[in-house]
Amino acid sequence: MALFKRLAEHQRPVLDFTLDGEPACGLLGDTLLTAILTSGAHLRGSDFSAEPRAGFCLMGACQDCWVRLGDGRRVRACATALETGQQVLREPGRRP
Amino acid sequence: MSAVVIVGAGPAGIRAAQTLVEHGVHPVLIDEASQGGGQIYRRQPANFTRPARQLYGFEARKASALHQTLDALAGQIDYRPGTLVWNAEHGALDTLRDGHAAHLPYQRLIIATGATDRVLPVPGWTLPGVYTLGAAQIALKHQGCAIGERVLFCGSGPLLYLVAYQYAKAGAKVLGVLDSAPFSAQCRALPELLEQPATLGKGLYYRAWLSAHGVPVHQGATLERIEGGQQVQRAVWRKGDQLHDTECDALAFAHALRSETQLADLLGCAFEWSTLNRAWLPRRDQAGRSSEHDVYLAGDGAGIMGADAAEMAGERAALALLQDLGQTVDPQRCRTLEKRLTRIGRFREGLEAAFPFPEHWAEQAPDDLVVCRCEEISVGELRAVVGEGHWEINRAKAHCRVGMGRCQGRMCGAAAAEIIAHCSGKALHEVGRLRAQAPIKPLPFGVEHDA
Amino acid sequence: MSPWIESEVIVMGAGIVGASAALALARRGHSVTLLERGFCGAQSSGVNYGGVRRQGRSLAQLPLSQRAHQIWGELPALIGIDGEYLRSGHLKLARSEADFVALQGYEAASRDHGLDLQLLDRAALRARYPWVGEIAVGASYCADDGHANPRLVSPAFARAARQQGARVIEQAGDSRVEHDGQRFILHTQSGLRLRAPWLLNCAGAWAADLAAQFGEPVPMESGHPAMLVTEPLPWVMNASTGVEGGGIYARQVARGNCVLGGGRGFALDAQRARPGQSAVLAILRNAVELYPFLAGTQAIRTWSGTEGYLPDHEPVIGASTTQPGLLHGFGFAGAGFQIGPAVGEALAELVCDGASRQPIEAFSIRRFQVRHDLASNH
Repeated sequence: MALFKRLAEHQRPVLDFTLDGEPACGLLGDTLLTAILTSGAHLRGSDFSAEPRAGFCLMGACQDCWVRLGDGRRVRACATALETGQQVLREPGRRP
Repeated sequence: MSAVVIVGAGPAGIRAAQTLVEHGVHPVLIDEASQGGGQIYRRQPANFTRPARQLYGFEARKASALHQTLDALAGQIDYRPGTLVWNAEHGALDTLRDGHAAHLPYQRLIIATGATDRVLPVPGWTLPGVYTLGAAQIALKHQGCAIGERVLFCGSGPLLYLVAYQYAKAGAKVLGVLDSAPFSAQCRALPELLEQPATLGKGLYYRAWLSAHGVPVHQGATLERIEGGQQVQRAVWRKGDQLHDTECDALAFAHALRSETQLADLLGCAFEWSTLNRAWLPRRDQAGRSSEHDVYLAGDGAGIMGADAAEMAGERAALALLQDLGQTVDPQRCRTLEKRLTRIGRFREGLEAAFPFPEHWAEQAPDDLVVCRCEEISVGELRAVVGEGHWEINRAKAHCRVGMGRCQGRMCGAAAAEIIAHCSGKALHEVGRLRAQAPIKPLPFGVEHDA
Repeated sequence: MSPWIESEVIVMGAGIVGASAALALARRGHSVTLLERGFCGAQSSGVNYGGVRRQGRSLAQLPLSQRAHQIWGELPALIGIDGEYLRSGHLKLARSEADFVALQGYEAASRDHGLDLQLLDRAALRARYPWVGEIAVGASYCADDGHANPRLVSPAFARAARQQGARVIEQAGDSRVEHDGQRFILHTQSGLRLRAPWLLNCAGAWAADLAAQFGEPVPMESGHPAMLVTEPLPWVMNASTGVEGGGIYARQVARGNCVLGGGRGFALDAQRARPGQSAVLAILRNAVELYPFLAGTQAIRTWSGTEGYLPDHEPVIGASTTQPGLLHGFGFAGAGFQIGPAVGEALAELVCDGASRQPIEAFSIRRFQVRHDLASNH
């Protein structure tokens, strides 16, 4: 289920990527956060209770939107532009 | 000779850069974002087509002017977008850009690091669908998205009405605005608010527009908790003795803004208590000089004054820097800027009276409320540590990890201080402030760097 | 004037050594005042790396270190918390054959002390600790060494001392110390006056000033170890680690964060230190070859502290040679956390019994005095 709702700028090229191995798509100009949250409802699991998180501040301050890319890099979804073919992995978090 | 460096490319940083260039000094301008403008005048991606008027409303002219200024400076400044300053010591900044670390000595430094929302957590605030007011605005401005289908706006401060208005205008379903400030407070604040009639007018306009378009606005209404399983489903709020329920799938909240002061702290700037901001802030004189001879402060990063003041403070700090370098600057211009800043300062006091801090928040916060969303530390755990005698905020952090996680207390620091002060019976300023620790934001292993 | 605070013993410095001494004295019924300039356990006792390790210590320290090992095993009964103490095992890694030979030599020399060290060649190391990088050619393993959370443990010693009847004074500021022929007389910056026949100098990196005041100057220098912590990571490290010959040491706490140290930072002022960008970047660059699973993860916080180092990297423990009633316990060269509780206990034994159960003669402050005498004879 999607969290974000697109209100404007609908006419943009579609970019395909994978989310946790499943095909997904966003639009050119989306951040990873936007691309993920317009098709899903979370970005990661929290570190100590594995509860879903979907970012909070959208300006790189809260550190609650880290996702992993296929090349092993970890990036803030709110500050990283979506690219075609990206493999994005959402980390499940942990419940000690 | 090493460069003059500005950190932050919002209204303060850009005006500072412009002023320096006008006097023949060509600074390095470091921007953590990929495009200049700061959060308030954040630009949309290059392939987006909405006009400035639609993005920035009444502020469109100012936003466009600022963007044009930055664009016109190309070639005259060393603009470094996408660059994090993660540390500073001994007259140099340590930066990170595309996984590459670099060391940047400076001759003089202007810190214009801006602000983030001040958050007072409520149960359920970590659920997907809950965002800060600033985040809700960025989703719309920068991405053309609403944070949900049916959105509730809560908290206090000027941003509350502005974002609700922007959402409704953009076609989002705004379920309501819950302002924790009572209407009476806003009436009492009128004299100070009239210092800036244009700004006041805009605030009144947003509220009137919302009411006229059927968006319920509740004053003296406090968010109690947010409920939901995997995401937001409902907000429970209180007005007087009445509890109310609002079904929603997204919620944005904040109580005004807080300054980003880590860099000033790492550089050893002296801090002083600001009653107005309820925060320890780097000390500056009227021109923006810090306690350190080579460090200047401008914009919301040194105390919340808003975007207009930030432009003026950026210019004033740059003029001070030029003066200190032995350049001749227009004294009349300096006086004018200082006078205008003083006037905005009075308006700012009016805003604080109109949107007063919810004094009872700490007292009413339940023990099982998560205060630190990184380390998942509850108010009860923090209270237990305070109960053991740890009333200094860094000691409380050492004992229960509040503020110790990835965000370094940006999201919970203000709330934690309120809890500690209330619980220990100390004044808020006595609790102290979280000491900044590098890295200012997380730093990856395997980082490459120039020797 | 504030009334005199009278006690039998004043302990200066509420780090792990001073707080342990105060706790031991209080448990034995002595009136003791634990005097702390700032907050208990907030300096290097509270911000050190958190290794609780016997392996690698000088042979002279091992009797005290073994006694400390017993105390650590009884931590909850003593201080009321487990302090996240974990006998995870400690791996000392060798990056070259020469380093491995050195580890073999230490194993042979320390055998009588009961550390039960196991030498692991490359194959055994790979088999048992597959997360260690290829750069390691072997290791020495001490199964019962481990790590703990210094932020919690060190202040808890002071809290336990208070619960046992010690008077604990925080935020005293600097103190002026005199001796009137019978007692020590202290005036604190915070305005308090204290008197006692015994004074324990457990003031950490700041202890040399007091020693010098009583005619026992020591060539102590301050050092500032650089440390950092990662974001929480999946559980990988089933042992705490160090490297023969120095380098990057690392451990993983139960919450998943890895704590790493290595290199030196700098002093910000007399009491505060920073790890410094060069040491931090060196850790981030070099740790991955020792601990490859760290690639791509993030460091979220760095810090340092102020540790006292004497030229021989051994502490000063024992009675003053110039001032009766004055005892020293300082200069642990960044390795005082594990041994601290036993040192505190030994100092208490000197007060109560006139001698400590474990030998401490090697740590007498006399060793510096002799050199000064020789120097002045030339």
